[in-house]
Amino acid sequence: MQRFMGVLRFLLPAAVFAVLLRFLYVGLSLHPDVIPSPFIGKPAPALSLPTLHDETRTLSSTQFAGRPWLLNVWATWCVACREEHATLVEIARSKAVPMYGLDWKDDRGTALALLAQHGDPYDAVAFDAEGRVAIDWGVYGAPETFLIDADGTVVCKQIGPLDMDTWRSKFLPLISGAKKGPCT
Amino acid sequence: MRWLPLIFLLLTAVAVQAIENVAPFDDPAMQERYEHLVKELRCLVCQNESIADSNADLAADLRREVREMMIAGKTDAEIKAFMVDRYGEWILFRPRLLRQTWLLWFAPGILLLIGTIVAVRVVSQRARLYTDDPGDDPTGEPNA
Repeated sequence: MQRFMGVLRFLLPAAVFAVLLRFLYVGLSLHPDVIPSPFIGKPAPALSLPTLHDETRTLSSTQFAGRPWLLNVWATWCVACREEHATLVEIARSKAVPMYGLDWKDDRGTALALLAQHGDPYDAVAFDAEGRVAIDWGVYGAPETFLIDADGTVVCKQIGPLDMDTWRSKFLPLISGAKKGPCT
Repeated sequence: MRWLPLIFLLLTAVAVQAIENVAPFDDPAMQERYEHLVKELRCLVCQNESIADSNADLAADLRREVREMMIAGKTDAEIKAFMVDRYGEWILFRPRLLRQTWLLWFAPGILLLIGTIVAVRVVSQRARLYTDDPGDDPTGEPNA
């Protein structure tokens, strides 16, 4: 017993220290700015808004049912969105999946000018002037990209700029059916 | 030099004013409820600020949502549920007691309990050290 307690005296602090180290190590690799979306694995919220190109036309997510689609939240005031733009254009060129934009609290003229200058990757863009639809989707920082499957379930969400590596490893397998959602 | 305090006061006055650009509720009870609610909700852009304190665009939009839901007669619980449905549990500064959050709630108590047990044991062992026969000193330290 005496010897056992003696060993414990050294092992216990060492074990506590190891746990502490583990916490610190895991803490280093966390991204507190990325907040997991509560919509993953749940039905996508409704989207019904006038389009960016034509105020009188309405874009409604009920039109997309039956096949997977992407929703990319962007704005001209968002610097990271410009960084992402070329990637979106490349993804759109691959025609893997229809891509819809949600232009978040933006200026119509500036947004149209940007698409004209840098290319328009979107099949259609919804114009959310007041940011209400963005709140319904739990958007907190552009760019954000949602993948919705054929059943209307949100299966993946990228917070921050999308790059081709993330696109190939996280999104494409879900679209091709190689993997079942939700993504991790 | 004597202008400095005045300049400081003017600058801080602007900072305080910047947050709320909508008229307060006419009913003081409603205004109090509103001010309490917006302090309970986290701004997701600047994560350690509430939407009451934040100047972010999204915080202003969320304050607008809170205000409109209150006018529509929603309860505090309904308004918080609306936010949690969209942004997750994390938007609440005081997380509710759930399977994922019980450790957060009880960890201080558990740690205090462990600390107390350790302290009591150490103290009682030290006490025994001095009452025991010096010849039986298990630590083998030289006796004074």
